[in-house]
Amino acid sequence: MNQTEAPRESLSALQPAPTIAVSALRPAPTMTWDEALVEAHRCLMCWDAPCTRACPTSINVPQFIKRISTGDLLGSARTILSSNILGASCARVCPVEMLCEGACVLNDLHERPIQIGRLQAFGTEDVVFGNHNPFEIAAPTGRSIGVIGAGPAGLSVGAELVKLGHSVVIYDAQPQPGGLNTYGVANYKMDMATAIAEVAFITSLGVEIRTGVSVGSDISIDDLMETHEAVFVGVGLGGIPPLGIMGEDLNGVEDALDFIADVRNGSAVVSGQRVAVIGGGNTAIDAATQSALSGAQHVYLVYRRGREQMGGYPHDIERALQQGVEFVHWSTPDRIEGSDSVERLVCSRTELTTDGTLVVIDGTEYAIPVDRVLRATGQAKRTGFLGTLAGVETDSSGRVIVDEHHRTGNDRIWAGGDCVNGGKEVVNAVEHGKIAARNIHEALLASVGI
Amino acid sequence: MADLSVNICGIESPNPFWLASAPPTNTGDQIARAFDAGWGGAVWKTLGEPIENVYSRYSSVDINGSRMMGFSNIELITDRSLELNLIEIEEVKRRYPDNAVIVSLMVESDPDAWDTIIKQVEQAGADGIELNFGCPHGMSERGMGAAVGQVPEYTCDITTWAKSSATTPVFVKLTPNITDIRYAARAAKNGGADAVSLINTINSITGVDLDSFTPRPVVGDMSSHGGYCGPAVKPIALNMVASIAADPQTADLPISGIGGIGTWQDAAEYILLGATTIQVCTAVMHYGYRIVESMHEGLSNYLDGKGLSSVEELRGKSLERVTTWENLDINYVHKAEINQETCIGCALCYIACEDGAHQAIGVKATEDGKSEVWIKWDDCVGCNLCSLVCPVKDCITMVPQDVGATSMTWVEYSSDNPPGELYPRPKHGLTISS
Ligand SMILES: Cc1cc2nc3c(=O)[nH]c(=O)nc-3n(C[C@H](O)[C@H](O)[C@H](O)COP(=O)(O)OP(=O)(O)OC[C@H]3O[C@@H](n4cnc5c(N)ncnc54)[C@H](O)[C@@H]3O)c2cc1C
Ligand SMILES: Cc1cc2nc3c(=O)[nH]c(=O)nc-3n(C[C@H](O)[C@H](O)[C@H](O)COP(=O)(O)O)c2cc1C
Ligand code: SF4
Ligand code: SF4
Ligand code: SF4
Repeated sequence: MNQTEAPRESLSALQPAPTIAVSALRPAPTMTWDEALVEAHRCLMCWDAPCTRACPTSINVPQFIKRISTGDLLGSARTILSSNILGASCARVCPVEMLCEGACVLNDLHERPIQIGRLQAFGTEDVVFGNHNPFEIAAPTGRSIGVIGAGPAGLSVGAELVKLGHSVVIYDAQPQPGGLNTYGVANYKMDMATAIAEVAFITSLGVEIRTGVSVGSDISIDDLMETHEAVFVGVGLGGIPPLGIMGEDLNGVEDALDFIADVRNGSAVVSGQRVAVIGGGNTAIDAATQSALSGAQHVYLVYRRGREQMGGYPHDIERALQQGVEFVHWSTPDRIEGSDSVERLVCSRTELTTDGTLVVIDGTEYAIPVDRVLRATGQAKRTGFLGTLAGVETDSSGRVIVDEHHRTGNDRIWAGGDCVNGGKEVVNAVEHGKIAARNIHEALLASVGI
Repeated sequence: MADLSVNICGIESPNPFWLASAPPTNTGDQIARAFDAGWGGAVWKTLGEPIENVYSRYSSVDINGSRMMGFSNIELITDRSLELNLIEIEEVKRRYPDNAVIVSLMVESDPDAWDTIIKQVEQAGADGIELNFGCPHGMSERGMGAAVGQVPEYTCDITTWAKSSATTPVFVKLTPNITDIRYAARAAKNGGADAVSLINTINSITGVDLDSFTPRPVVGDMSSHGGYCGPAVKPIALNMVASIAADPQTADLPISGIGGIGTWQDAAEYILLGATTIQVCTAVMHYGYRIVESMHEGLSNYLDGKGLSSVEELRGKSLERVTTWENLDINYVHKAEINQETCIGCALCYIACEDGAHQAIGVKATEDGKSEVWIKWDDCVGCNLCSLVCPVKDCITMVPQDVGATSMTWVEYSSDNPPGELYPRPKHGLTISS
C-alpha cells in the first residue's frame, strides 16, 4: 500500500471554516445601502453590455444597477425579475465568475469587476422576500397548464405563464418545492430557507404548487393531459447511480446529493469525520467544500484524472482548496472496506496511454482511511419516466429532444431544465422555462383563440 | 524649488493659497491653525453688525456618489461680536506677521458706517480689507451684499467711500449673479479698488426633498434660495476671472480667484487665467486645512517641471490663448483615434456618438462577448465627445490631421477676400422616413 504516490494537491494548513449564518425566513441583507451605492456607482453603464450578453437570461445589468444607484429598488427588482424570475437565487448560486462578472469590462481595466451577483441579491431582496408583486398580472385566460417538477425550470415557466393570465399547477414529488435549489445547491451559496422563501414569492404571483405528488404514480400522465391544455416537463435529473464496486452497501457510503440535502436540512453530521468524495465535477466539489465547511476532520476528493480535466469551475476548485480539501488525482476507487461502516477506500492509480485512454495501473493499490464515502460521479437521466410520455423523445444521452421553443415531439408537451440540457445551471433552467412559456402562450392563443 | 510667494497690490503672502471669507475663517483660533497648516493668507469671515443665523444652513449636490460636488449655504455674515473679532485679528497678526490677513466687511450703505469699521480693522492690524458685495441671500434682502454688487453704480460709490477711509489695499468681492461680470469689475476699478475677489456664491436651489416636497436646505418645513459654490462652480468662475483679466479696462486690476478650488491644478488654472492669489472655502469645509499641503507641493513641482521660477511667471500665461469664437481657426481639423490595445469594449463612445453626436463610431459584438469599436474617419467631426466619455485614460485621443487646408478664422472666411477654401465638414442627411 503506497498512499503517497497519487498526486495530491492541497493548501498547507486547514483554514478555519467560516460560520454559516443561521437560516431565517428572510435572508440577512446581502449588502448595506452604502455598500450597494458605492458598487453601483462604479458601473460604467456599458452599451450592449457584455455582462448582459453573458447572462443566459439576458438580465439588463446596467439598467438594474442604475435603478439601485438612483434609489429605486422596486424598479431594480422589476428589471431583474422580468428577465429572470429566480433573480434572487441566481444572484446567490450563479457561477458569476464564468458569466456576468467574468464578462464585465472592468476586468480589462485591471479593476475588480462589478459585484453583479451581490447587487442583484440586494436589488431583489425587498420585492422577493417581502412578497411584493412588481408585475401586472394579465386578465385570466381560462387556460390551465400543468408543470411536472417545481425546480427552477418549472417555477420559471409557471411564473411566466401566470403573469400572462393562465392558471398553472406545478406538481413535485418532493415534500418541499424548489428542486435542487432547495435540496442540491451547496449551503454556503444559499440555504434551504432562502430557496423556499423565493418559492413563496412565486406562489404569491398565483402559481399553485402541489408537493409530495409524483407524476406517474400519485397522478397519471393521462389525468394530467386531461386536466391541462398544455404540460411542461421540468423533472431534472435523477440520483447518482452506484459505482458498482465492493462495499458500497456499507454504512457511510452515499449519494453526494442525498448528503447535501441532509446537510441542508440539518440531519447530516460530518463533524470530525474523514470524508472521501469521488468525482471531479461541480457536485463533487460542492460536496467536498460543504463537508469541510461542516466540520469534517479531513476531506479527500478522489478523481481519476488531473486538475485540468476536472469539470468543476476553477473558482470553486480554488475555494475547495482554501477550505482544506485534499485533491487526490489520477486515482480510481477499487472497493470500500469496513466491517459495518466504512473504514477504508481502496484506490488504484490511473494514467493516460499514448492514445489518450485512461487505464488503471496494476499493482498500485492503496487505501485511504475514511468514515464516509460520497459518490458524485454524475446524475442519472430520468429516462424511465420520460419514456412514458407519448411522443416525447430523448437523445442518446437521455436528454429530452425539444425545438428552439422547448416544445417536444408531443405538441402539447414542452420541456426544459436539466432534463433537456443534461445538467447545467439554475439560470439555464430559468431561461428554458421563459422561452417555453412564451411559446405555450402563443400556442394556446392560436389553438383556442383567446 | 520655485518661489511660491506672491505680492498682490502690495500685500505679501508666502504663497497664493488663501482661505475665503467663510466658516473656515470664523475665528482667530481657526485661522491660526490654518496658517500652521500652510495657508498663505486668510480673508476673515465677513464682519459687520452681528447677525443671528438659522440653524439649518447647508445643503449639497452629490454626483454619482461623489459628495459635495456642489455646496450651498444660507448662512449670513459673522454672528460674533466685532470687539472679539478685533482682538483676535490683532492676536493673529502678532503671531503670524508674514501671513496675509484680509478682513471682509459688510455694513449698511452709509459712508460713516464704512469709515468706522474700516478704521477699526486697520487698527487691529489687517493687511487689507475686502468689501463683501456678493452675499446673495439674507444680507441682500437688507440692502447689502449682492444688492450692492448687482448695481455697478452702488459698487462704485461704496468702493469710493471705502477707499477714502482705508490706508490698506481694498479688495472688492464680486457677485456672479449678474449678466456681465466686466461691468461690476469696471465699477470697482472706477471706485478705486486695488483688487477684485471673485466669485462669491451663485443663487441656487440645490434640490428638493422628494418625500416632504421641501427644497434644501430644509428649515422646518420651508426653504430659501442659497449661495452655490464648490467644484461645480469652478468653470463659471474661471470664465469670469478670464473676462476681467482680458478686459482692457481692468487688465491691470489684480485678481484673487475663488470658486471650486481644491487642488493645485485648480489653483494653477486660476493663476494661468490671471489670478494672483486664490481663495478656498468648500474644499476646506469638506476636508479641512490639511489640503493645502498637497496644493503647496503640487504647485511647486509643477512650476519646477515647467522650468518656471515663480508663481508670477505662470500668471496670465493662458490669457493670450483665449479669444472669441470668430477668431478660431475653422480649418483646424482633428479626429478621434481609438487605441485598440487599451480599449475595454464598453461601447460608451459608440452610444455617445450615435445618440449624442454624429453617428461616426461603428460597433460590433465580438466573439469574446465584448464590443469592438472604430471611428468612421469621414463622418467624425472631431467634437471630442467620445474622448470625454471613454473611461480609459488616453484610450481615445483627438489627433490633429494634416489636411492641407489654409488656416482661416471665421472673420477671414466671411470677408470679401477669404484666404482659402473651407475644409468640408461631414454632413448628415435627412434620414427620417415617412
Ligand atoms: C449538487 C449540485 C449543486 C449545484 N449547484 C449549483 C449552483 O451552485 N449554481 C447553479 O446555478 N446550479 C447548480 N446546480 C445545478 C442546478 O441545481 C440545476 O441546473 C437546476 O436545479 C435544474 O433545474 P430543473 O428545474 O431542471 O431541475 P431540478 O432542480 O432537479 O428540479 C426537478 C424537480 O422535478 C421533480 N420531479 C422529478 N420527477 C418528478 C415526477 N415524476 N413527478 C413530480 N415531480 C418530479 C423533482 O422532485 C425536482 O424537484 C447544482 C446541481 C447539483 C446537483
Ligand atoms: C457657508 C458659507 C458661508 C459663506 N460666508 C461668506 C461670507 O461671510 N462672506 C463672503 O464674502 N463670502 C462668503 N461665502 C462665500 C465664499 O467665501 C466663497 O466665495 C464661495 O464659497 C466660493 O468658493 P468655494 O467654491 O471654494 O467654496 C460663504 C460660503 C459658504 C459656503
Ligand atoms: S460590464 Fe461591468 S461596467 Fe459594464 S455595464 Fe456590465 S457591470 Fe457595468
Ligand atoms: S469626436 Fe465626436 S464625431 Fe468624432 S467620433 Fe468622437 S463623438 Fe463622434
Ligand atoms: S469608450 Fe473607450 S474603452 Fe469604451 S469602447 Fe470606446 S474606446 Fe473602448
